[in-house]
Formats: sequence, structure tokens, C-alpha cells
Amino acid sequence: MSNATTTDVRDQRPQTRPGTHGTGLSSRSLPRWAPLGFAAVSVALAVGISTAAGWQSRVQWGLIAALLFLAISYVATTVVENQRQAKDRLATSVVWVCFLAAVVPLASLLWTTVSRGSERLDGYFLSHSMAGVLGSEATGGVYHALIGTLEQVGIATVISAPLGLLTAVYLVEYGKGGLARAVTFFVDVMTGIPSIVAGLFILSIMLIAGLEPSGLMGALALTILMIPVVVRSTEEMLKLVPNELREASLALGIPKWRTILKVVLPTAIGGITTGVMLAIARIAGETAPIILLVFGSQLINTNPFEGAQSSLPFYIYEQYKIGEAASYDRAWAAALVLIAFVMILNLVARGIARWKAPKTGR
Amino acid sequence: MASTTQLDIPPAPPARPRRPGSTGRAGDKIFLSLSRGSGILLLLIMASIAVFLSYRAATAISKDEGNFFTTFDWNPAGDPPVFGIAVLLFGTVVSSIIAMVIAVPVAVGIALFISHYAPRKLAAPLAYVVDLLAAVPSIVYGIWGALVLVPYLEGLNLWLDQFFGWTYIFEKTEVGVARSLFTVGILLAIMILPIVTSVSREVFLQVPKMNEEAALALGATRWEVIRLSVLPFGRSGIISASMLGLGRALGETMAVATVLSPSFLISLHVLNPGGGTFAQNIAAKFGEADAFGRDALIASGLVLFVLTLLVNGAARLIIARRKEYSGANA
Repeated sequence: MSNATTTDVRDQRPQTRPGTHGTGLSSRSLPRWAPLGFAAVSVALAVGISTAAGWQSRVQWGLIAALLFLAISYVATTVVENQRQAKDRLATSVVWVCFLAAVVPLASLLWTTVSRGSERLDGYFLSHSMAGVLGSEATGGVYHALIGTLEQVGIATVISAPLGLLTAVYLVEYGKGGLARAVTFFVDVMTGIPSIVAGLFILSIMLIAGLEPSGLMGALALTILMIPVVVRSTEEMLKLVPNELREASLALGIPKWRTILKVVLPTAIGGITTGVMLAIARIAGETAPIILLVFGSQLINTNPFEGAQSSLPFYIYEQYKIGEAASYDRAWAAALVLIAFVMILNLVARGIARWKAPKTGR
Repeated sequence: MASTTQLDIPPAPPARPRRPGSTGRAGDKIFLSLSRGSGILLLLIMASIAVFLSYRAATAISKDEGNFFTTFDWNPAGDPPVFGIAVLLFGTVVSSIIAMVIAVPVAVGIALFISHYAPRKLAAPLAYVVDLLAAVPSIVYGIWGALVLVPYLEGLNLWLDQFFGWTYIFEKTEVGVARSLFTVGILLAIMILPIVTSVSREVFLQVPKMNEEAALALGATRWEVIRLSVLPFGRSGIISASMLGLGRALGETMAVATVLSPSFLISLHVLNPGGGTFAQNIAAKFGEADAFGRDALIASGLVLFVLTLLVNGAARLIIARRKEYSGANA
């Protein structure tokens, strides 16, 4: 049976082989450097066309170069190779163009922040407040905002880290049934709450209870934004702890709560720390709740429980709105401080994650 | 071997001196109620956000002399107070749609680039950089958008008006800087790229290797592999990633507040400066608002809250449903 069919197949193959040329391995193909060549040609053409037409915006230049690149590579591949290869080449080009199109604005953002920010950033800027400084004067600093950010973020962390941790423990170690499902779902939904809505929520409580704006109120709004992030990341980490560890501990007769405290949490502590730090990095840049709840101040106020404070993101917004050259400089410098703070937190957090990654069962 | 079984095992204590209460069960109970309590607290917070916002919003809307949904004005301090969310809803939806139209294809492209096209050694660092970019604070995007992007886009706007003005949408009828809903949409697209990318990338990496290899074995090119096995598998993942991005775009405050020059007009000419979004309006009007004005802003915030809740809830439901049938997480 099988013999007969194989011979059948063999009989048919030679008939189709000699005639076709384009599909075999021996078919013509473009050289490996072809995409680079196309890119060079299209960039050159785009620059030529744009300068000829007198277009100023480099956004257009880039768009034209991208479109030319796609067209040239598609046509060239269709001519030299075949339709299928051309589609493949087109897809590859599109993916590359997408990637480059995204890199350009993001690189511009980082570069602008670093180059403009470093003009004003020095020890004086970090250690002085805006007390008595006019918007157009090229002095003043960010000290009061730094203090505000650190205190507000600190309070938010102190509240939301334990809450988030306990919730995650509940979901992973105890959670079954409707309550756990509801908590999981709403934690996910909470991740998407706009920061301004969290701010409005605390504001509505403030209006009802007659509270004054202070750093604490801002911190409470940040807590709402931070808890779901902590819960999600801690949950993922706890799920990574191998079950054998829990079973071994329980088999020794250790109660569940001690198992969690002494076995599960220490195993996952690296990942949990990472999650908390990433959450801090995320809320440190929130501006909207601060506008509503902390009010902003030019002066140093070290007491987060009373009186208006400032914060780094709020400071940036404030300086931007003044609209003077000197205030733009201050805004960029503060943006650099904020980005550096967030990036360092991120890098350290990911470093910890790699260093303390839980040993899986294998 | 036999000797080991002969070890003198200390005789079990004849009677356990401990009472049942001290075997750690009390600790268990405390710990369970603590952790369950914090879970319940989360639900309570969510519920109270809805309740408090609705309460304040209700007091504001009851005094609104205009129609809350159709009025083209925001003047809660006036006599009589008149305010409505029509313009804000329009601006929020339009800028988010522009952001989605730009960001989703590009993000899928980047995700494919990282998961299937980039050289192996580059893939991990690239994914890492994309995650880092998600951490850039929105206010920094805001001032970058206002001080760098807006001047750059002016030429593009003129060009779009010149060649695509016949589409009505891209007709620029007012002169002025590019502080328009279109610019806001582009900026929002840049901001939601990282999240859409990282969620889609994770889905693409979960595509069963068997499917891809089967396609390759049939002689498929790389694009055909992606079209036949990766995209169908990842479709629901892409949808939910986009909706997560949409949720971000709807609620974004600072980037819009710095870039847009607001006005209370609805215009489909997206290149014209003007318009407004919920979050931008709250941030901009809050400073000058009196107690009643704040309630009015809270009312508009409630609408935003419901909107993002629906979008995010739908995204999560799609993800959850996918987990059940895909088997990719096994």
C-alpha cells in the first residue's frame, strides 16, 4: 500500500520540476544588503523631494522616507523575486519602519530632557526652593518639590505596600470562590482608574468632611493608584513560589500563616520588592491628584499633614504654565530630576528582581 | 539498613499538653482575616469611589440649568449655572480614536519586531527599553509635546490641510499653532505605545511553537507564518492590549492639559486648535472653581470613571476568556 503511493508521488515529481524556475532554492534573490540600500536610497530621495518642495517639518521628511522605503522594497522584490517574497519583504519593512517610527519620538523625548535639563541642574537647583523667586528670574530651585514628592510617595508606600501585600497573599494562598474572583477583577479594573478620578474621589471626601488640602490627601490618592500595581506584581511573584516548599513546611506541622510568613514571603521577597519599587516609580510622576489635593506651594513645607506642599510633577506643570524662558529651563531641569528618579528606581528594581529571582523547582 | 529502623525513637508524648486553641489556628485565623480584610477593603474603595462621586455629581447635576449631556458650555459659576459634557465627551473620544488608529498598528509592529524580527541578542534589551519607557511620567510627555512636538507638527498640519483638506477632517479652517485634538492624539499614541506593545508582545511569545513550525514546514515565508499562526492566535490579546491603551488615553490628564488650547466648541476639523477632554477640563478649571464648580467637575469625572471602567472591564473580560480556551498558559 504505502509503497505504491510513494512511487506514485515519485512518478509525478519529475514532471513538475524542470519547468518551474522561480520557486526553488536556486531562484534569484536580492543580496543581503538590499534593505540597507533601499533605506539609503529612500532617505536620499526624501531629503531631495522635501528640500525641493520647501517643506520645513522633519516629521514629513521621515514619513516620506518611510513610504518610499516600503514602495521601493516591494517593487524591487516583486521584480527580482516573486509576489510572496515581496509580501514578506513588505511586512519586514513595515515592522522595521514601525519600530524606527516609535524610537524617534521617544529618543527625542529623552534627549531633549537630558540636554535642556542639564542646563539648569546643579547643587543650587537641588537645594533651594522657589521662595520669593519671580517666574522670569533664572534662580530658584526644586528643593521644596523634592521634599513634597518624597513625603507623599513615602506615605502612599507605607499605606499601600502592606495592604497590597496582604491582598495578594489572600488571592494566592487563600483565595477561592466569588470573593477572590471579584477582588481579582476589580484589582485589574482599578489599575486602569485615571489618576484624576482618584484625585476627585479624595476631593469629594474632603468636601464632605471639610478637610484642607495637604500632602496627606495627595498621598491617599496615590495610594489608590498604587495598591493595584502592588497587588498584581506581588501576586505574580507568589505564584512563582514552588508548591513543594509550601507542602514541605506544612508537612512539618507548621501552621499556614507561619508557612506564609517564613517560607513563601522570604522566597518571593526579591520580586515583591521589585514590584513595590516599580509601583513607586509609577506614582512618583502623577500630577493630576496633586493639582487637586495638595495645591502647590513655593515654600518649603516639611509637614505632609498640614498645609499646601509641592511635588516634582506639579512643579514642572507650574513652571511650564508660567511660560517664561527661565521657567521653561526650570521645568526641564525638574523633568530631568524626575526622570532620573524614576529610571534609577526602575533599574534598581529590575536589578533586584534578577539578583533575587525565586528558585523554581527545576 | 535494618539498624535505622531500630533507632530509639523518643516515645511520643503521652498526652498533648497544648490545647487545640494554641496549635497556631488562632494565628491562622488572624492572618486569614487580615488578608481577606484587605481584599474586602479594596472592593470597598472601588465601591466608595463610585458612591462618593455619584453623590457629589448628583448634587451638581440637579442644579444644572442646561442639559448635562448636550450643553456646549462649562459655566457652573454663572447664574443660572450651565454646564454640559458634550464637548468634553467628543474631545475625549476623538483624541483617543486618533491615538488608537496610530498606536495600535505601530505597537503591533514593534511587538512583532521584538518577538519575531529583531536579532535574538537585541530582543531582550529592546523589550526592557520599551518597559522603561512606560515609566516616563506623563507630565514629561506633556512638556515635551507642548515645547517640542507642537512646533514640529505645524508643517505637517499645513501639508495635511493642503493635500487631504478635501476629507473635511483634515481641513484647517483656523490659523494658529498646532495645539489641536490631532496633536493630542499623536502625543497620546506615543504615550500608550509601550503598554500596548508589551501586552501584545507577551501574547505573541505565547503562540505555540508547533503552529509556527508547522507553517514553516509547509514552506511559508516569515510573513505567512505570522499571518497564519501568530496573528490569529494573538487577535484577542491585541484587542485587549488596545483597550488597555484606550483606557490610558481616555484618562490622560497632563499631556492633554499642556498641549491643547481648550475651547468649548465641537468641530470635526481635528487640525483646528480647540476642543477639550474630561481630564484636561478638570485640571484646567479646578483652580478657579468654587465649591459648586468642583462638584460640577466631579460630575464630569464620574462620566470619565464610568467610561474607563467599561473599557478596562471589557479588556479584562476578553483576556480572562482567552486564558480559558487558549491553553497557552498551561
